[in-house]
Amino acid sequence: MSFVYFIFIPMIVALVIPFLYKKVSGIHTGWFVLVVPVVLFGLYTTLLPMVQKGEAHSSSFDWIPSLDISFISYIDGLSLLFSLLITGIGSLVVLYSIFYLDKTREQLHNFYVYLLLFMTAMLGVVQSDHLISLYFFWELTSISSFLLIGYWYKRDRSRFGALKSMMITVFGGLMMLGGFVLLSIMGDTYSIRELIALAPELANHKWFVWSLVLVLLGAFTKSAQFPFYIWLPDAMEAPTPVSAYLHSATMVKAGLYLVARFTPLYASSEYWIWLVTGIGLLTLFWGSFFALKQTDLKGILAFSTVSQLGLIMSLLGAGAISFHTGVEDNSIFKYAAFAAIFHLVNHATFKGCLFMIAGIIDHETGTRDIRKLGGLMSLMPITFTIALIGSFSMAGLPPFNGFLSKEMFLTGMRSISEFDLFAFDTWGILFPIIAWIASVFTFVYSFYFVFRTFTGKHKPELLPKQAHEAPIGMLISPAILGSLVVAIFFIPNIIGDALVKPAVMAIQPFLYTSTSDIKIHVSAWHGLTPELWMTVGIIVLGYLLYLTLSKWQPLYSKFPEGFSLNRLYDCLMFLSEVGTNRLSRLYMSGYMRSYLVYMFTGIILLTISTVFIQNAFDMSFAMISPIRFYELIIALVLVAGTVTILLAKSRLTSIIALGAVGYTVALFFVIFNAPDLALTQLVIETVSVALFLLAFYHLPKLNRHENRMKFRLGNALVAFGVGVTVTIVALSAHSQKLVPSISSYYEETVYTEAGGGNIVNVILVDYRGFDTLFEIAVLAIASLGIIGMIKLRLTTKKEVNRNEN
Amino acid sequence: MKTNDVILQTTTKLIFFIIILFSIHIFFAGHYAPGGGFVGGLLTASGIVLLLLAYDIKTVSTALPINYTVMTAIGLLVALATAAGSIIFNVPFFTHAFDYFDLPLLGKQSLHTAMLFDTGVYLVVVGVTMTIIQSIGADD
Amino acid sequence: MEIVMCFVIGFLFMAAVYLMLSKSLLRIIIGTGLLSHGAHLLILTMGGLDGSSPPVVSPGVTDYADPLPQALILTAIVISFGVTAFFLVLAYRSYQELGTDNMNLMRGTEDDD
Repeated sequence: MSFVYFIFIPMIVALVIPFLYKKVSGIHTGWFVLVVPVVLFGLYTTLLPMVQKGEAHSSSFDWIPSLDISFISYIDGLSLLFSLLITGIGSLVVLYSIFYLDKTREQLHNFYVYLLLFMTAMLGVVQSDHLISLYFFWELTSISSFLLIGYWYKRDRSRFGALKSMMITVFGGLMMLGGFVLLSIMGDTYSIRELIALAPELANHKWFVWSLVLVLLGAFTKSAQFPFYIWLPDAMEAPTPVSAYLHSATMVKAGLYLVARFTPLYASSEYWIWLVTGIGLLTLFWGSFFALKQTDLKGILAFSTVSQLGLIMSLLGAGAISFHTGVEDNSIFKYAAFAAIFHLVNHATFKGCLFMIAGIIDHETGTRDIRKLGGLMSLMPITFTIALIGSFSMAGLPPFNGFLSKEMFLTGMRSISEFDLFAFDTWGILFPIIAWIASVFTFVYSFYFVFRTFTGKHKPELLPKQAHEAPIGMLISPAILGSLVVAIFFIPNIIGDALVKPAVMAIQPFLYTSTSDIKIHVSAWHGLTPELWMTVGIIVLGYLLYLTLSKWQPLYSKFPEGFSLNRLYDCLMFLSEVGTNRLSRLYMSGYMRSYLVYMFTGIILLTISTVFIQNAFDMSFAMISPIRFYELIIALVLVAGTVTILLAKSRLTSIIALGAVGYTVALFFVIFNAPDLALTQLVIETVSVALFLLAFYHLPKLNRHENRMKFRLGNALVAFGVGVTVTIVALSAHSQKLVPSISSYYEETVYTEAGGGNIVNVILVDYRGFDTLFEIAVLAIASLGIIGMIKLRLTTKKEVNRNEN
Repeated sequence: MKTNDVILQTTTKLIFFIIILFSIHIFFAGHYAPGGGFVGGLLTASGIVLLLLAYDIKTVSTALPINYTVMTAIGLLVALATAAGSIIFNVPFFTHAFDYFDLPLLGKQSLHTAMLFDTGVYLVVVGVTMTIIQSIGADD
Repeated sequence: MEIVMCFVIGFLFMAAVYLMLSKSLLRIIIGTGLLSHGAHLLILTMGGLDGSSPPVVSPGVTDYADPLPQALILTAIVISFGVTAFFLVLAYRSYQELGTDNMNLMRGTEDDD
């Protein structure tokens, strides 16, 4: 089977969604959409046995063969893991959305078209082995995310959030494209696999670090790392199914995927390790710290996502360290990549679940403001249970999957301080400390999220709606995710063998040759290790902080608003808008004359400078035909006619003078042996004059309007320039015949090949028939335009009068 | 708007047919002598314009009940069909063919597919010119 | 003669551009008409004016005028007729609707788009 075509299945299905929405209004459109991810999920699971053996599936088809651009679907462990996440979580989200979005009030066809578009884009990102098609899908995720965030496009905040996410992620995407271009120049290939094989040679290239930084910019903007995370909280304006899908489980992990995919290529560089680990850890801390400032449920989850993404990012950076320590070294670094992927899976389950819970609360109470919520435990017991599972997993408590990966994370960070390369031995001690502090805050916001909502005093007077338990359909998806959270805790090694280890193979190919080499066994109990004491510390301190939260939470408002990153973004956007507006107002005057002057000046400057730079001006008197007396007379008549037009004071004079000029041109055609032209010109001139006279009645009086001398002088100057330029071009063109005329070919073949005698006409209908075909098409269009202007008037006379008043 | 111009109308009656005949001659001569679809079409159109100037639009449209937009469309179709027709004979788009035939009365003549294409051009030119003139003339 | 023609063409272009830059609609249309005349003559002159007989095959003649520029010009003449007619109607229709033929008053406003 060619899996490359499966990438496009969602996009193709998206084509029929609007019809289904219009025609089958009885059934919620989501049910049709649901089939797509479910089927794809089933198809991708068939690849599981293959990747467990460490093999990969590859299929491709050409897109632009002449530029060597093709869609290559290369599915190894890492790609398969992501594909399963995308289709698996996708199925649950679509199921959830069926109950979340009302089929009578919402524009369902838009929603599902965007969602399917996103699914194709995401599958393309994680399966492409070709840099350009990877970039293509990457930007497609940005665009579909933009459309989904702005789904309720009538709300200001939605539009703002959509634009912000688009601005930042597309900026990153363009940077990444730059990195890709550098990579493809360095390695002379677009294939990621081939580039990885070339990694040792590329590492010494002068552009290596540049490409590294540019690719990381792409990954950091997409995965909402510091300081680019600011788009993610604003993206929460999207419908909750979208937030659960794009902004927690899949799209924001595209950046992590990119880092994981390129780890084998860049792991040798200290910049990579420092940037990925450092920025990841900073983001982890920053996100968890500011999550407590939020009062919107989805805001808390957004900052928590930012922080968790930072956690995975830093683990990936630590995984790259293993490139330097090697497989013999028994340090933890070789487990870091495992921990990263493991936590990625866990995060997708508990965060997806929590987002859906936030959506349910919003749906059933009408608000997401945590200050208005409280005491929902008895009203929504099932929701509460699921929320509790998700939050405890997020806080890193047993018996939930978050606990396992949190332990591994702490182990990884603790051992960074023992790494003795790239100055990690001096600064490395900071890593476990920051990680621990961030974990404390993670604990606090997890409790803050669940207990402020479900316990305490119920405040029904603040709620827009009477709170009640959600319909059962809406609870299915979070319940499935919630049970996965628990299940993974008890069977971590099954998940580890089936999904995580094949993915780790792709990240650390320099360590392992087959999946059986990865000797990692996840267990909940390691004995009384330092990690356990760290966890105990987190719980104790975290609980204390949670209890005293109301005392110190107001401190957040003391942070100066003026220096925030959001303010910086707003300022940049404002300045660029005002700046470009001003710039375009400088030259976009709205007067047609200005634009004509720009064009003519451009023509003059370009032509004259080319003529002089190329030294092309020439005036030869060879091959010249003699001047005959009557030719001169005709030329004088032509000039006189033109002058008459220039000086004419009435419309009639200028129209007749124009006709006179036309007839003299026809006379020139007669003299210069062009009978066809002469005939045509004569008839055309006659018809034209008739045309002008017919339209005479409607035409305005000849009013010059120009009264200022400066205006006329300026025009005269430009006109004179154009005249001189054309004269120079005409003289040079005539004086230099660099190549023989192709007309001799026509002259020789016109009778034998085309069976004609009039060369001009044969050129028109035979040799260059295409031109003529298009020409008559243009004529027909012009006549249709004229009919349109005259016969189809949008405004009647009456309406015009009203408009004028 | 039109005054009753007897001299113009009388001469027009005669000249119109001369123009039309001449335009047809020019059109058919086009492949070997000056002329062709463009000139022929324009001449025909100018003949009709002369009629318009001498009489008024109503009279002319009852005398010549032709829908000129349809004429334009037919012309375009003829031209395109001639060009595309070559595909049926498995030669590239726009390949023309010609041969010599003995026709009754006319004797030995050459027949061209290029002539068909030129007919298309002729129809379009007449159609377009007359559409424009008529639309402007009919506008009040 | 070619040299003389070059200057005549230059003059035609100059006049045409001057007319096109003015504010009156009618003068702009006349300007485009003049511009197309200039362009036709330019193409013809570029190809050379030295052919001694028209480009129609006849026995015993070898020195034809260059047929290619003529074919190009023939196309251009007809097209420019179509364009001029279009401009003309565009001009008088906008004059009827807007009540002015002054280009400076036809600027459109910010919220026009």
